Amino acid sequence: MLANFIVILTSAVLINNYVLRQFLGICPFLGVSKKLDQSVGMGISVTLVMIIATAATWPIQYFILDAFGLGYMQTIVFILIIAALVQMIELLLKKFIPSLHKGLGVYLPLITTNCAVLGVTINNITDGYGFLESLVSSLGCGLGFMLAMVLFSGLRSRIDETAIPKCFRGLACTLIAASFISLAFFGFDGLAETVGQALA
Amino acid sequence: MIITDILLALAVVGAIGLIAAILLALVSHFFNVPENETKKNLREQLPGANCGACGYKGCDDYATALAEGKETKANLCIPGGDSTASKLCEILGVVSQDVEEKVAFVHCNGNCAVTSKKAKYDGIQTCRAASALYGGPNDCTYGCMGFGDCAAVCPANAICVRDGIAHVDSTACIGCGLCASTCPKSIISLIPQNANTVVMCSSKDKGADARKKCSNACIGCKKCEKVCPEGAIAVCDNLANIDYSKCTGCGLCVQGCPTNCLKSVCFPALAEK
Repeated sequence: MLANFIVILTSAVLINNYVLRQFLGICPFLGVSKKLDQSVGMGISVTLVMIIATAATWPIQYFILDAFGLGYMQTIVFILIIAALVQMIELLLKKFIPSLHKGLGVYLPLITTNCAVLGVTINNITDGYGFLESLVSSLGCGLGFMLAMVLFSGLRSRIDETAIPKCFRGLACTLIAASFISLAFFGFDGLAETVGQALA
Repeated sequence: MIITDILLALAVVGAIGLIAAILLALVSHFFNVPENETKKNLREQLPGANCGACGYKGCDDYATALAEGKETKANLCIPGGDSTASKLCEILGVVSQDVEEKVAFVHCNGNCAVTSKKAKYDGIQTCRAASALYGGPNDCTYGCMGFGDCAAVCPANAICVRDGIAHVDSTACIGCGLCASTCPKSIISLIPQNANTVVMCSSKDKGADARKKCSNACIGCKKCEKVCPEGAIAVCDNLANIDYSKCTGCGLCVQGCPTNCLKSVCFPALAEK
């Protein structure tokens, strides 16, 4: 059981990293990774929302959609639920933890339409994970997202200080750097099997 | 059969939507945080450039500080000018004060033609980095290096670097002063928008030295000091300084300056922009 969780976690963080291997959630990845504190803030928000969204969508998929034979409505229903959920979290944070609300600020509403969150909830269903496995998988995906953001913000601060040829400046160089990190993450291929064997 | 399928899907998705809506409504009703009405009104009057000229992080922060009484001055918004200040005062119910409108000015005329370089600089292409290395690549260590740190920080895109020195477009400048605090040589300052005369140099080298490094430099000859009928110019550390509270803009100093480092100017009023 625990070994299974560890395999799911490493696989979600390193091997099937949402940003760098599956290219989901690229928008915040490029938009909010200019500074380290911002990317950490965004990473934490995304991780939280992913876990809560999975906790809400998993039972709805199995107990409502599948029960009525409405599996094909998955995408629309999930979008609806995630949007409502994020709004609710924002309202509750504003009331009970104003400091955290101020810290997360702009990021929470941004996540409402983030494809990485939708991707996690749908993939958890397609992969046939159980409820606990789904939660662990969303935690891993969120951490993977944060890892990618933090790594990239470090890289971007270095890029800012470098004399880059004019034609590559700005977004061009950012995209090239992103593709290099993505390539580097391909090096983790096969790690999950190794971890699985070591634990078994 | 198909109709029932559609109806079923409609009903289920509709029900989920309805439940979400009811939950949201309940949450927003019971956990509502009342927003400060004054703050909202104040924020609407501010220009929203988030330039930071007022000393706060952005228009939102300034409005919050005003609404909560932490800030008492309603005339700190330079881009907004008098009209914004008077509107803010109206909302706050206090007497309004005029904003002293300012523009940024680069006190250097050491373009490529008149200055020389002591070294070729290949490092990080910012003024801050270049300045840290023996005071920059120019012979004159007081003057503009032209890497454009000021242009990069300007929220109004009012600064461009031409002939190796920065120029402020006074028609676009909003007077926030970010450039002045960014410049590592401190050669940009905010001067009153109604100023008529400017000093085009920041060099505190002795006359002969300054002249050798840049033929447009102020040599501290004190001619302007003597010729000024109002006593508005003082030469301090080999550099002319204009006291704008006394200057009438008669232009006698401009005619007298042997190196043309004093110049007559006319900045457009903020209202005309």
